[in-house]
Amino acid sequence: MSLITALARLEAVGTGRAQPAATVRHRHLSRHPLVFVPLTTAGETGAPLGALVGTDRDAPRLLVVPQPRDRDLRFTFLADLADVVLPYIDAYAGSVEAAERTETDPETGKRVKVAAELCADAPQLIVPSRTGLDFVRLLGRSMRFRRTAEQDPDAPYPAPPRVPLLGRWLTHYGERARVPGSSLLLALTDVLSRHWATGQSGLEDEHLGALLAWIDPPEGLTGAEAARRAELARDADGQLLCPPAGPATDPAFDNRLLAPAIERYDRARTALAAAEDPLEADDRLAALGRAEREVRDLVESRTRPTWDAVWRGLDLLRALPEGAHVEGRWTRDRWSFTGHRDRVLAGEPPQPRRDDAVTAANKLATREREQARLEAQEALDDPLVMAGRRLAGEAFAGEVTDVVMAYSEGRRPSPRPLVTVRTEDRPHLAQRAKVYRSLGGKPQSAEFVGQEADGVLVLRVLDKMGRGKEPEPGSVPEKGDRVCFTLFEHEQRGGAKLPDPEQTPWTHGGPPGEPAPEAPDTVTEEDVL
Amino acid sequence: MTTVDFDPGAAAGRATDAILHDTLHGAERGVVVDSPPGAGKSTLVVRAALELAGAGRPLMVVAQTNAQVDDLVLRLAEKDPELPVGRLHSSDTDAYDAALDALPQVRTSAKAADLNGLPVVLSTAAKWAHVKVDEPWRHAIVDEAYQMRSDSLLAVAGLFERALFVGDPGQLDPFSIVGSEQWAGLPYDPSASAVTTLLAHNPDLPQHRLPVSWRLPASAAPLVSDAFYPYTPFRSGTSHGDRRLTFAVPSDGSGPDRVIDEAAESGWGLLELPARHTPRTDPEAVRAVAAVVRRLLDRGGAATSERAPDPVPLTADRIAVGTAHRDQAAAVRAALADAGVPDVTVDTANRLQGREYDVTVVLHPLSGRPDATAFHLETGRLCVLASRHRHACIMICRAGVTDLLDDYPSTEPVQLGTLVKFPDGWEANHAVLSHLGEHRVTWHP
Repeated sequence: MSLITALARLEAVGTGRAQPAATVRHRHLSRHPLVFVPLTTAGETGAPLGALVGTDRDAPRLLVVPQPRDRDLRFTFLADLADVVLPYIDAYAGSVEAAERTETDPETGKRVKVAAELCADAPQLIVPSRTGLDFVRLLGRSMRFRRTAEQDPDAPYPAPPRVPLLGRWLTHYGERARVPGSSLLLALTDVLSRHWATGQSGLEDEHLGALLAWIDPPEGLTGAEAARRAELARDADGQLLCPPAGPATDPAFDNRLLAPAIERYDRARTALAAAEDPLEADDRLAALGRAEREVRDLVESRTRPTWDAVWRGLDLLRALPEGAHVEGRWTRDRWSFTGHRDRVLAGEPPQPRRDDAVTAANKLATREREQARLEAQEALDDPLVMAGRRLAGEAFAGEVTDVVMAYSEGRRPSPRPLVTVRTEDRPHLAQRAKVYRSLGGKPQSAEFVGQEADGVLVLRVLDKMGRGKEPEPGSVPEKGDRVCFTLFEHEQRGGAKLPDPEQTPWTHGGPPGEPAPEAPDTVTEEDVL
Repeated sequence: MTTVDFDPGAAAGRATDAILHDTLHGAERGVVVDSPPGAGKSTLVVRAALELAGAGRPLMVVAQTNAQVDDLVLRLAEKDPELPVGRLHSSDTDAYDAALDALPQVRTSAKAADLNGLPVVLSTAAKWAHVKVDEPWRHAIVDEAYQMRSDSLLAVAGLFERALFVGDPGQLDPFSIVGSEQWAGLPYDPSASAVTTLLAHNPDLPQHRLPVSWRLPASAAPLVSDAFYPYTPFRSGTSHGDRRLTFAVPSDGSGPDRVIDEAAESGWGLLELPARHTPRTDPEAVRAVAAVVRRLLDRGGAATSERAPDPVPLTADRIAVGTAHRDQAAAVRAALADAGVPDVTVDTANRLQGREYDVTVVLHPLSGRPDATAFHLETGRLCVLASRHRHACIMICRAGVTDLLDDYPSTEPVQLGTLVKFPDGWEANHAVLSHLGEHRVTWHP
């Protein structure tokens, strides 16, 4: 934990309210995000119990699996989910703008610009918490290798038509969510705790109810009291007043309410199957409907509070102005979305179960680059974040007290002005360390020459002064200017190009061979309970 | 095996011969050498490079940092001033040590094509990753291979046919700044070390081990070997009487002086401050570090060793301070500047890797902490800090770390398919602390 975060958390404890950790919003929020509040069945990995899903906060679509172990009902749920999610995605896939993309020309090996399509906007998925992200990945993994009857007429349990496609999209969103700064799929608790520091631990911040209680406590309660209530308070029946944001449910709910309701549903179904005449069947069908209704009501009662909390959290975030670099990062998300859209359209197979060596290394390199980019951009966008970096000795701000013109040696002397900055910060500067400041959105670099006195630093400006002998107006700080230099770079260099997968070297197992289409998962006993 | 029968020079010689034989004449594409701290890894690299160059095999050398590359170039030049050497460097300013410019046989360039035809070309892994060749090098030496990440090896492995991988498995593992659990258990996990990936795919490669540490004194080798290399023990190349640290000025009875005397006598010293939870840059502990360094210099220390018969003065450049975090290093530097001691190296474990001093003063990674995280428990971090010295190591620590260790057993999730590293940090920390406990000096500053 950085010093400034520790301070903010202490202040949150002291004041009883979460303290701002950012002055701008560092993640993109779509105007029409798709909120997805899933619940899973205890003890049955990947067996959804139900979900609230939709883009209209007043009219969520409730999807329920009244018997989560029933494979057909699970498929019905997934097909219904596809009916909500895929049209939402398709709506964005169709609207494109012209853009340019840099590609390596296969003949010359040079980097060239080519015209490309870029989706004008991208669909955004919001889940309540980080475990929700994992659940999205799990759903994606469980669906993308399924075969529909059309793909494989002999499949023993053919999936409904659009389920594998939904699996591919959820997989793509789940993978993209691992890229720092991306906003295609967001866990609300992550985004909220990025912007507010509460007086509880990071682990406790993953409880959406408790987190919101700290950020926006109800009248008359402190954040700590409200959070405690959100975590622990139960009604007369022993049920939590604020149900967990899922996908896991509270055991008291499972045992006392859900299990009996599912059992009644099972009995009603058995009774219906055993009905001997149409009249009896009609009655029992009605009874089955009532039993199902009961499970649906239970699922809605546990998801609706979370659904409302998610929208409340989004309101809080929307109140913050968007950071300057957020749109640029969202453009990368749009490229990611467009790229996957194109792969689906081109008929490419679903994402493999495991990355090959080259893909894994490329993904890791991308994410490390994005992490460094995100940290730099958040600091540049937000003085409060920059304050944290200054406190950590990674940046300094101060006033220019002197500028002395100087020139580089060599045949064509270029300006290398010496700038003296008085600062109260204590940056960890080594001799000749490079420092950077933002000049019209571009980084200008300088090097640390020396310390004249305590807090008086001399820097030599190195670039962005034009080509002439004299620096261009405005390109060198003037006496009296407030400046802020960082010790970290503002832009990230691209890494080295890795070999193509078919060129994987012997140290990494050699080429993986011809890509074979991945077989669907084999059916196990648990699948056909 | 007893000390009497053990001839360190002969044992090390046998190991080196076997390594060079496998490298020059073996059938396998790779050879892996594990080298404990100060076992002559760089000497081995230089010797292997000279022999490969002598055999007419074009050789590329991959190291991890520019400082390591420059160091190897200088050592090569020292051993064989006739051998033409290429130093491939980045296009940044000050990309390499200016001392290389004084060597006529060393050609430096930012373009690999300029160095074509030279018998040996050296550079960092990061720079090699940008090089493209039509014909791969016949041989490569990869230095500090345990600190190289698997993805970094992936980027350069296409450049060579065969390679000698040298490194210290006990030092810090490479890390990534983002999560990589997704690939845990895959043989080519990009965040794993290069050697882990190499051996997962090529389990039959010959593996060697250098058996003798020439740096660590007889007082330190058993502890470091037992605590950090329990299954691959090594020994000190010197015996107990070979190294001595003496001080002209007698002790004034203060905590720093008493711990200095203890360390001079036994090779280890633990200066224990009262138990307390503190911020990372614990001002009291930082001042204690500075006080110990100041007294080490003021008391006119002299080191006697097998290298020179006469005592060598203990000067500022022979002392280093090691910390876990950069801000701690910065705080110690500031405290030393206040104490009027400008030239002592102060750095984090990551940056002290591969370096050697007469005396080290270490701020214990767990000192004053309320919790023990995976970062602070990492075996390699403590191993690096406890194995940089030729004579003595002094730890500064707040009391209560043993209880802290017992309160926080390792809770990292177990990933299927990954190699479990032994010993874990918890156990290594306990081993080191229980040994240091015998050399404890408690002090209330």
